[in-house]
Amino acid sequence: MSLKNVYITHTNCITPLGFDVAGNVQAVAGGVTGISHQQDSNLLPEAFYASVIDTAALNTAFAKLSQAEHTRLEKMMLLALQPVIAASGVALNNRTVLILSTTKGNITALKSNEPLPDGAYLQGLAKNVANFFGFATEPIVVSNACVSSIMAVSVAKRLVQSGLYDNVFIIGGDEVSEFVVSGFNSFKAMSPVPCKPYSANREGVTLGEAAAAALVTINNQNAKAVIVGDSSINDANHISGPSRTGEGLYRSIGSALQEAGVTASQIDYISAHGTATPFNDEMEAIAFNRHNLENVPVNSFKGYYGHTLGASGLLETVIGLESMAQGKVFASLGYDEPGVSQPINVVSKNKDREINYMLKTASGFGGCNTAVVFQKIK
Amino acid sequence: MANTYYISAYCSIQSGQIMLNGEEYFSAEGADFADFAKQAYKHGETDYPKFFKMDGLSKLSFLASDLLLKGRQPDGENNTALLFANASSSLDTDVKYNDSISDKENYFPSPAVFVYTLPNICMGEISIKHKLYTENSFFIFEAFNPEFFANYAAILLDTNKAENVLCGWVEFFKNDYKAFMYLVSKEGATEHTTKNIQTLYLS
Repeated sequence: MSLKNVYITHTNCITPLGFDVAGNVQAVAGGVTGISHQQDSNLLPEAFYASVIDTAALNTAFAKLSQAEHTRLEKMMLLALQPVIAASGVALNNRTVLILSTTKGNITALKSNEPLPDGAYLQGLAKNVANFFGFATEPIVVSNACVSSIMAVSVAKRLVQSGLYDNVFIIGGDEVSEFVVSGFNSFKAMSPVPCKPYSANREGVTLGEAAAAALVTINNQNAKAVIVGDSSINDANHISGPSRTGEGLYRSIGSALQEAGVTASQIDYISAHGTATPFNDEMEAIAFNRHNLENVPVNSFKGYYGHTLGASGLLETVIGLESMAQGKVFASLGYDEPGVSQPINVVSKNKDREINYMLKTASGFGGCNTAVVFQKIK
Repeated sequence: MANTYYISAYCSIQSGQIMLNGEEYFSAEGADFADFAKQAYKHGETDYPKFFKMDGLSKLSFLASDLLLKGRQPDGENNTALLFANASSSLDTDVKYNDSISDKENYFPSPAVFVYTLPNICMGEISIKHKLYTENSFFIFEAFNPEFFANYAAILLDTNKAENVLCGWVEFFKNDYKAFMYLVSKEGATEHTTKNIQTLYLS
């Protein structure tokens, strides 16, 4: 069967570094981090580091868009998605659908001994977002741990490629909440300093929050890239620890490359996951080496944004696509000395680089992995 | 979709009863889920002590998947994708975890509970048990969505991302539970259509 080309066109993001793509890229290019010291006993009894959006700034920005009542996460998501829908001019008819991706959604709405509000259900959250814009179709929710929003890109591409829809708007978002902070802390996975992906001195995760949005479409106008291959294969190894052999990530990359019809040597840049836990970064280095990708420039954006959980894959794709457009790879912030057992080419400072093929990868709890290959528009 | 696929096996678990391919496989009516799950596990004669550490959603999913995957193909060689969905995500465990942190006088966040506050963990458990190095994805819908299941399973097969797809609606919240699982394959008796899926779901 002949499959259609699928493009990613408009993007946006709401992060501590800015409320549009240009502002975010400028901050990243300048080595600015969103991570700061937090002392908030509502989140954790002791002090910690996180990358957090200023609530007053968020409320001010949202007030210009709408006076309606929404949760903090919904405001982030609506602000991220609105310019994408407006700029695209796409009609919200039965050929268009919304995919919402998140790990915990409105988890802050959970209160002990009180009935759950509709928005605590992920479909309730998705309906609140979809109804704001007037989508005509039922939203699709992807909730697949830390690969959620990059998996949403893959799902969107498959739905468009098979002819089920012409346009898929994707929104990915997650918040820094007491729920996730206490959980990662209970795992002893939190770094006592801002996270240092791939470094010998890395000590764990720094959490973050963000919303990112994109349009995946059959229409090549304004295309930033073609989505040429994608896969999400499980490690079948452990529910909370990454595979020692990187099996699922290795197979996901292999499947995505095969579908794209490109070899590992054609990949110009990897936007990797790089959470800065000892095991995750090591697992990625092993998987990349198994594909002979060890010389390809690779970075993690976690040093700028922290780990934004379900939002991270799409957020990092949005910034990665700007790398592709500008012909420039950004330093992997926090990296100082090599800290994985197999060699990888971590970007230590910003440099020019022609990127025709970008590989985006992510991994998460439950042994999940996603790999997506993007090809630059010639 | 150009290709025709088939539903080669199916099962459901609800109200203390397990049905396999339209016939009763096991029942323990009146038991609460924890007790029922334990009895069903023993009845299945699958020796897998990790089962007892799982949360309700994972136990429910494990029991249903084991009926359809046990003994089918050598573990590790079986390209069976997992396509799962539900309405309540991991809210059952989310509420339990949230209760463990909401009282500051009685604050005891546990990693063993926290890890199950993601709906896709149940697919991880099944992948580990059956050595499925395969495509996994978890979706949330307000109600069972046979059309989406039919379309997405066909995409996975049409694009050779999988040779079989195990589709699962696995809903678990506050002792209300229902699992409906079926295997989509290139051969079988029942044609893989939205209508047939809906009929089996309601049966």
